[in-house]
Amino acid sequence: MQGMTIIVKTVVRIVTSFIVLYGIYIVLYGHLTPGGGFPGGVIVAAAYILIMLAYGKEVALRSFGDKSASLLDNLGAFGFLAIALLGLTGGYFFLNFINHGQPFRLVSAGTLPLSNIAIGVKVSACLYAVFIALAIFGRAVYRAMEEPGKEER
Amino acid sequence: MVLFVVLLVFMIIGSIIAIEARNLLSSVISVGTVGFALSIAFLLLGAPDIAITQIVVEVIALIILIRGTISLDNTAIEKHRDTFAMVSALVFFGIFLAFSYVALKDMPEFGKPLMKVSQGYLQRGLQRTGAANIVMSIVLDFRGYDTLGEATVLFTSILGAFVVLRKRGRKKKEERDRARVGIPGDL
Repeated sequence: MQGMTIIVKTVVRIVTSFIVLYGIYIVLYGHLTPGGGFPGGVIVAAAYILIMLAYGKEVALRSFGDKSASLLDNLGAFGFLAIALLGLTGGYFFLNFINHGQPFRLVSAGTLPLSNIAIGVKVSACLYAVFIALAIFGRAVYRAMEEPGKEER
Repeated sequence: MVLFVVLLVFMIIGSIIAIEARNLLSSVISVGTVGFALSIAFLLLGAPDIAITQIVVEVIALIILIRGTISLDNTAIEKHRDTFAMVSALVFFGIFLAFSYVALKDMPEFGKPLMKVSQGYLQRGLQRTGAANIVMSIVLDFRGYDTLGEATVLFTSILGAFVVLRKRGRKKKEERDRARVGIPGDL
C-alpha cells in the first residue's frame, strides 16, 4: 500500500476538487480580481502534487503522467503564442483583437481571459512536471513503469 | 512602516539562519519563512497580485525542496570555516555598502514621483483593454512581450530539466525495440 494514512487520503479526496475549483476561479477571474494565470495555475499544480504526496507516485503517475504533463505544458505555451500571433490579423503582435465588451463582466477585456487560461494550463502542467522531474525521475518506481517487464526492487 | 521594517529585519535574520544552519531541512524551512514574510511585505505595499503569486509559489517551492532534501541521505552539512573566504566576503560587503550609500543617497522617496508611463497606464488602462484588474491589463496587453518571454523561460527550463534528469533517454528505448524486433542496433 503506497502513500500516506487513510485519514490523509480521505481529506485529500474531499479537498482536492475544491482546490482545483479555486485555482480555476483565480484563472478565470484574473482580469477582474487579483490573481491571474500564474497563481491560479500554481494552485492547480498544488492539487496534483497533493494527490501525488497522499496517494503515492504510482497512482498519480498512472492517471496523469509526465508525458501528458509535458504535452499540456507545450499546448499552453503554444496557445499563448497563438493568441499573440492572431493579433497580426488586425495589424500587430499582441493586438487585443476581440471586442472589449462591458467592463467588470466575466466575458470582457478581449483576449486577456484567453491568455490567462493558456498561461494557467501551461503553469499548472509545468510545475507538476518539475515536481515529477525532481522527485521521481531515476527512482525505482519510475524505472519500473518505464520497463514493465522488470519488477521493482 | 514600522511593521515593514520589522518584516525586513525578520527576512534578513531568516536568510542568515538559512545560510548558517547545520541541518539542511531547517535551512529550507527558514528560507520558507523568508518567502512568507516577503509575501506579507507585498501585501503591505498594496500589491495583492504579487502577494498571491509569492505565497503560492513559496508553498510549492517548499514542498519540492523538502521532498528533495529528505530523500537525500546526507542532510547534515560538515562545516569548513575558511577564513580567507570569510574575510574577502566581508571586504566585498563593505565595498558594496559604501557604493550603495553613495548611489542610493539621492534616491527619491519610495514610490513618490509617479512616472509618466505608469500614469498613462493608470488613466487609459480600463478604456484601452476593458480589464478591471489594471495589473492584468499591463501584464497581458501593454507588456505582453514580457509575459511571453517569461513563459518561454519556464518552457525552456522544464524542457532542460526533463532532458537532464530523465535517466533513460529515447535512444535506448529505440534500441531495445529494435532488438526485440530483430533489427541490429547500429542501424
